[in-house]
This record gives sequence, structure tokens and C-alpha cells, in this order.
Amino acid sequence: MSDTITAPGDAPARAPGGPRRRRRRPTRNLLPYVLLVPALIAELAIHIIPMLVGVWMSLLHLTQFFIRNWTAAPYGGLTNYRVAMDTHGPVGKDLLHSFLITAAVTVLVVAGAWVFGLAAAVFLQKPFRGRATLRTLFLVPYALPVFTAVITWRFMFQRDSGMVNNVLSDELHLVHGHPFWLLGGNSFAALVIINIWRLWPFAFLTLTAGLQSVPGDLYEAAAIDGAGFVRKLRSVTLPLLRPVNRVLLLVLFLWTFNDFNTAYILFNQPPANADMISIHIYNASFITWNFGLGSAMSVLLLAVLLVVTLVYLGTGRLRSRHA
Amino acid sequence: MRESSAVRWARRIVLTFLTVFTVVPLYVMVVSSIKPLQDVQGAFTWFPSHVTFRPFVDMWHTVPLGRYFINSLVVATCATVCSVAIAIFTGYAVSRYRFAGRGTFMTVVLSTQMFPGILFLLPLFLIFVNIDRYTGITLYGSRLGLIITYLTFALPFSIWLIAGYFDTIPRELDEAARVDGAGPMRTLFRVLLPVAAPGIVAVAIYAFMTAWGEVLFASVLTDQSTRTLAVGLREYANQAQVYWNEVMAASLVISLPVVVGFLALQRFLVHGLTAGAVKS
Repeated sequence: MSDTITAPGDAPARAPGGPRRRRRRPTRNLLPYVLLVPALIAELAIHIIPMLVGVWMSLLHLTQFFIRNWTAAPYGGLTNYRVAMDTHGPVGKDLLHSFLITAAVTVLVVAGAWVFGLAAAVFLQKPFRGRATLRTLFLVPYALPVFTAVITWRFMFQRDSGMVNNVLSDELHLVHGHPFWLLGGNSFAALVIINIWRLWPFAFLTLTAGLQSVPGDLYEAAAIDGAGFVRKLRSVTLPLLRPVNRVLLLVLFLWTFNDFNTAYILFNQPPANADMISIHIYNASFITWNFGLGSAMSVLLLAVLLVVTLVYLGTGRLRSRHA
Repeated sequence: MRESSAVRWARRIVLTFLTVFTVVPLYVMVVSSIKPLQDVQGAFTWFPSHVTFRPFVDMWHTVPLGRYFINSLVVATCATVCSVAIAIFTGYAVSRYRFAGRGTFMTVVLSTQMFPGILFLLPLFLIFVNIDRYTGITLYGSRLGLIITYLTFALPFSIWLIAGYFDTIPRELDEAARVDGAGPMRTLFRVLLPVAAPGIVAVAIYAFMTAWGEVLFASVLTDQSTRTLAVGLREYANQAQVYWNEVMAASLVISLPVVVGFLALQRFLVHGLTAGAVKS
């Protein structure tokens, strides 16, 4: 099993030792290009061009006076970046705080979603009665539209009429009184719990798909060698899941880090402890109407994500080469 | 093969925990939607004091939910149809042809999915406003603008999955069709599409879910008359008095179509994930 994950159809060319298909010469046929045109136009119009415009915008003093005529906005060079990165100034300080909060939420959510997903996938590997039902049930949070799921949690986290305080305080007497969940320090915990609830089914789905490709005789061989449950998990399951995990963890990271929806629906205005960076940029842009500054923040965010992603993919490749 | 009782107990405990964690919010949604108003305003109770279906009737009047429903339906359906159609052609090209720039194209398309939405949002907003100003074509605040935007959101993953499905179909089938005199398009529609139909449907469900659940762009690019459910539902929760039973009833009704569709087709999605995304 090779460690490379590539676009569909791309793999045979680069799977050493795998079944090799004869590499075809690039055709001089125009048809494939014609087939790509619609997708290219759509991608250009909604992703590529706006992104380039965004980079250009980040160099302008693009305030509310220029929204309808943004080409007239004065050029500001790197001023917006300087303001955004100046951690002693109010803008940069808040941005850094929001970035750190987002990083903390992301670490906890990715870890939680992955552990829950793995536990469910491993324990549902062997057939038993009710397995199919559980499998379907576990996917429901992922299938639910984000906003209905989050609004339900918002109801559950209400201070006086919510289910969470009712259980924790009135039924189990674990906490005293009715704490706020959508204000102050607890809002961080609320955000993490909801994100795990929404995302772990995706980890479960992906890992289940990954486990299906693990050959059963490996477990039998391990069992003959006297390996217990934990040993099999460590020596058979996890190594074989590595290619799946590589993609899964990256996707979970990007989704959580870029997440806008959960905090936006959960709080009217996210408290400082749950100030996810996408919302922070959104507010900075649409409340003060300083689009130039907002764009600079977005570009910085993209730069950070790109560096993290490239480093992550790079170390994975290095490790697999030396393994 | 026997397993130790420790493993058996660990399984029971873990699966029970995950089941409770999953089910409780779903239960709260369902049970609160059939509670009378005084039940959801006071302390939480596990059972309704009496069962009522009023919330399912009243929810249509508190906010213009019907209009939002139609907006969401139109936008999500159009975006799905367009993106699946485009993905079929693209997937065919990627799966069946080797051409210069193919790898670059796939990388660029896939990497657009990892970028933060906020990065496109501000420029797109400005572009839409300016297109309106110069050409008179209304994209900002219209369904059309949202449709165009959404169709690209599902596109990368749809292309990936469809190309993966096509890859699993033996090339001998195409070649046989060619020998019989079918052109490339005929081969696509008569040979590949029927075989890949379950996969195409799964991709369509995925595209529909993406559009049905999108929040960020919907809240910026729509106005009063084109608002979707994603934006509209928030209106309930931000009112002076929140009718939580109606909110939960609306959430249930909004969720049902996509959940049922997803669960019915998740088998094909898993298959697509294994076939397309993770090569061994």
C-alpha cells in the first residue's frame, strides 16, 4: 500500500510496485479541454478571480465610500497588513487573540472528532445485532443542515429553559445554579462540543471506509502471534489507516479552522472566548466597512493555512519515504 | 475468535456514550417540536405536558418560512443540477483522457476547497455590486447570484467523486462502444452514465446538501425577498420572544429531506470515498 493520495486516475503513474497501467501520451485531442471549459469558467468566476481581486483589495484603503466604485480607492501599499499584524495596536491585538482562540478550538475539535470517529469505526467493525442501526444513526449529525443542528444546541444551552443546565444542575447536581453557556468563558466549551458533535460522524464515515480496505488475514496473523486488542490496534489498524488519516486530519483541520457557521448561528455576537477568525474578519469588514483591512486579514489567514498545509504534507511525505 | 470481556465492556461503554451523545440533541429537537409554548419557556422537561402539533402550523406565520423554503429549494436545486452536469463532463475528461495541464487543473480545483470562504466573500460581494452597476444584471441580492456561487462549492468534490466512479468502470466498455461506432459523447451518455448512475445520484445529494446548508454567503448575498432557510431560521431565534417549539418544528421539517436523502445514499458516498479519494 503506497502512501500517496492523488487525484482519481492519477495514481497508477506513481504507485511504485503497484499494478502499473501503461502511461499514455498526452493526447493532442481538443475534446478534453472543451469538456473542462464549464468547470474552468465557474472556478475562475467564483474562486480564482475573486481571490486575485481580494489580494488587490488588501492593498487599497477600501472604506465604505468606495464600495460602489472600488477602483477609485486610494492605493495604500502594505498599510493594511501593518495594521493587521501590529499586535500592540487594537486591531492586531484582537486579530491575534481571535487566531489563538481559533487554533485552540481547532486542536480540541480535530482531536475529539478523530478519537470518537476511530472508536466508533473500530468497535463497529465486527458484526453484532444492531450494528447497521448504529451505523446509520451515527451519520445523522453529519447529514443535518448546519444551521438546524446548531440552533438545536443553542436551545439546549439556554440558561433557564435549556436541557444542559437542567441535567447538570437540577437532575445531577453537578454544578451549582444555572451557568451561562452562550456568554463568557463557557462559550468556548459550547463551541467545541457542538463542533465535535457535528464533525465526528465524518471521521467515522471516512475511517470505516478506510477499515474496509484492511485485509482480515492480517488480524488473524496478529491473533496467532498472540496480539491482544490494543496491540492489534497499534500494530495493524493504525499503520494501515495512515493514508486515510493523513487526508482526514487535514480536512478536519481546515473545516474547523475556517468554520464560520457554528459561532455565527450560536451567538448573535461571539463572545471573546469564542471569537472564531472567520467571524472576526467578517465583523471587521462589514461593521466598519473597511474591506481593505478585511481582505488583508483574509490573505494573512490564507497564508497561514497554506504554510501549515504544506508543512504537514511535506513531513508526511518525508516520513513515508524513510519508513 | 474470542475476545476478552474487557474489550466487550469497552465496546458497550463507548457505543452507549456515543449513542447518547448523538441522540440527545435529536430527541430534544423532536420532542420540543410537539410541546406547547409554556413547556419550552419554563424549565426543560423530557416529555411534553401534552402533545400538540400547533408549532408545525404556526411556524409558517411567525416568519415567512414558506418564502424561504421556496428560495432554498430553487437555489439548491438549480445549483445541484448545474454542478452535477459540469462535474460529469469534467470527470469524464479527467478519467478518460491524459492531457497536458490535467494534474495542475485537478490541484487548483481541489485546493479552492480548502481556502477560507471569507477570502472570496468580500471580493465577490464587490464584484456582484459592480456588475449590477455597469451591466444592470442583478447578481447581488438575487437567486441567480447565489446559484452561481453554490454550484462552484460542490464542484471540486463532485468532480473528484465522479472521476473516481468512472475510473472503476472498465475501459473495455468504452472501447467496445467505440468499435460499434459511438462517438465520445455517446459513449459517455450511453455507457458510462448508466453504470455510474448511483454515484451520480450520491454526488447530487451531496451538492444539494452543500447548498441547502450554506450560511455565510447566503447571509451576505441575499436580501429580504431572496433569503434562504439558513438565514431565515436565525430570524426566529433573534426575536424578542423566541417560540422555541416552532423553531424546533421548523428545524425538523427543514432537516428531514436531506437527512433521509443522505441516509438512503450514504452507501454510495462511502463507496465513492473509497474508490475515488483513497487509493491503495
